[in-house]
Amino acid sequence: MSGVPENAPQHCPGTESADAGKASACAGCPNQNICASGVPAGPDPAIEIIKNRLSNVKHKIIILSGKGGVGKSTVTSLLGHALSKLNPDINVGILDADICGPSQPRVLGVRGEQVHNSGSGWSPVYVTDNLSLMSIGFLLSSPDDAVIWRGPKKNGMIKQFLSEVDWGDLDYLLIDTPPGTSDEHLSAVQYLSQAGVTGAIVVTTPQEVALLDVRKEIQFCRKVGLPIIGVVENMSLFVCPNCKSRSEIFPATTGGAAQLCAELALRPLGALPLDPLLARACDAGADFVRELPHSPAVAALGRIVAEIVNICNERNGS
Amino acid sequence: MLENVKQVILVLSGKGGVGKSTVSTQLSLTLKEKGFKVGLLDIDLCGPSVPYLLNLEDQNIHQSPEGWVPVYLDKEQKLGVMSIGFLLKSRNDAVVWRGPKKTSMIKQFLEDVYWQDLDYLIIDTPPGTSDEHITVMENLRQVPQCSAILVTTPQEVAIEDVRKEITFCRKTGIPIMGIIENMSGYECPTCSECTNIFSSGGGKSLAEISKIQYLGCIPIDPRVGALAGKGLAAIKELPECTTSKVFNELANKLSESNINGS
Ligand SMILES: Nc1ncnc2c1ncn2[C@@H]1O[C@H](COP(=O)(O)OP(=O)(O)OP(=O)(O)O)[C@@H](O)[C@H]1O
Ligand SMILES: [Mg+2]
Ligand SMILES: [Zn+2]
Repeated sequence: MSGVPENAPQHCPGTESADAGKASACAGCPNQNICASGVPAGPDPAIEIIKNRLSNVKHKIIILSGKGGVGKSTVTSLLGHALSKLNPDINVGILDADICGPSQPRVLGVRGEQVHNSGSGWSPVYVTDNLSLMSIGFLLSSPDDAVIWRGPKKNGMIKQFLSEVDWGDLDYLLIDTPPGTSDEHLSAVQYLSQAGVTGAIVVTTPQEVALLDVRKEIQFCRKVGLPIIGVVENMSLFVCPNCKSRSEIFPATTGGAAQLCAELALRPLGALPLDPLLARACDAGADFVRELPHSPAVAALGRIVAEIVNICNERNGS
Repeated sequence: MLENVKQVILVLSGKGGVGKSTVSTQLSLTLKEKGFKVGLLDIDLCGPSVPYLLNLEDQNIHQSPEGWVPVYLDKEQKLGVMSIGFLLKSRNDAVVWRGPKKTSMIKQFLEDVYWQDLDYLIIDTPPGTSDEHITVMENLRQVPQCSAILVTTPQEVAIEDVRKEITFCRKTGIPIMGIIENMSGYECPTCSECTNIFSSGGGKSLAEISKIQYLGCIPIDPRVGALAGKGLAAIKELPECTTSKVFNELANKLSESNINGS
């Protein structure tokens, strides 16, 4: 959003300014209340604590998408499984930063597990020997429990997750996020500002309603200085289980992720087909990568993972 | 607040991407086709889809002495729309706001839009149970003629989030009118075999378990998908398709409950 709204008075200090809502020009402006309420946060001591806590995590990757339901959580879990299978010595952690709609406990098949607080912090739940997860889902007593929290409380939770989970040594920490460009995203980026985030992986589906929000997410990344590793297009093609023909369920009327990447100079990481068995596996919490190693989705995933590993190594080397 | 609105309907879902905005726009268009006067308020501040879906992306909101004048889809002003999308300079602009700022924007949307007399005000929401939802619920508590429609897709990951949304509604005291299941099946264009991509029936069983009215299921229909961005009503363009039937029935249910004075 630009610094000066269209309906602002002549001497508007800009919505990003420290005087926003408080300057004399703001009197009578329809946006005054909004501007005045955006309390800018001072530097938080947690930022330094988080930096130390995560100093043994090599690559920190945030999975984002402006749009809901495009497969952020699915892609996160698939990447977790695939990365941890590259080599038993690779350790992968997943942090579910979706506070109101945590999907990872189900998708990774560890619903109902408990997290324990030990002297060195919360220990995450281990999905396999080298894949661990932390999610608010583990802290709720029933699946019907709703987390009805406004921003500041969600931010507090994310701060705790980042500063108090004892991940041990990790090669990859994957952070799954809710849709949008609001508290969870701002907090994650802010709290990780000294810890060195490798970058964001942006997930989209091919249709324009999704791309529209994803463009906003990319603007968000650029605004907060979060590097973008690349874009994964999900649910690209549907392969009919009956006749094996391919069709576009969500047609890319505006060129899909390829066009988006070309337009905004982003790196396409690959495309995952829409596979009903994958949706089933997510619901059942099954490890799709192990169960269907020869499916087109797993083949596509392999290429995406190789690309991500390369980029991470490049960034680490430089 | 909203004294001149006969019925307020919140379209909710805990989960993202289940079709809230499609349901909101098609429901609004259906009611408009039936001759009602309808307002559509989009409170998804970070990802407003309504202006795009209704082909209103270049329109602007104007100020009048009575408040913000919504954008009208038609000359007769049967369907008025308000969205933050109309306040952004470019469609790529991101609204990177924390909760308090979103809260004041939504308050303004609820208080300062000059809707005139409306039969229905449909409110499209973002996913989740956070600032936007808490603010709307707090403000609508004073509005007795308000109820919610929950949208879900059939798979467990979605149902799980919708269960949280039900808890949310019950806690905040908003009556739930019913549950719609979206994206139930997909018909292969080559062999016509219908695949339940995201399984099916999840919405129906959820409705049964939670004793909520089941409002029907909408398949994945690329013809309906193609109406996105055009602002066309499915019941007018594709009167025979399942989607149109579901919306037609839903609109009838709404107007009946209106006559009953509930
Ligand atoms: N490639 C795919 N093939 C089939 N189903 C998929 C695929 N990707 C995702 N899904 C299914 O689509 C649904 C939405 O995916 P997911 O929950 O990962 O999205 P999300 O972006 O995390 O959503 P939210 O915004 O609500 O967090 C899930 O049921 C998932 O199983
Ligand atoms: Mg998710
Ligand atoms: Zn087929």
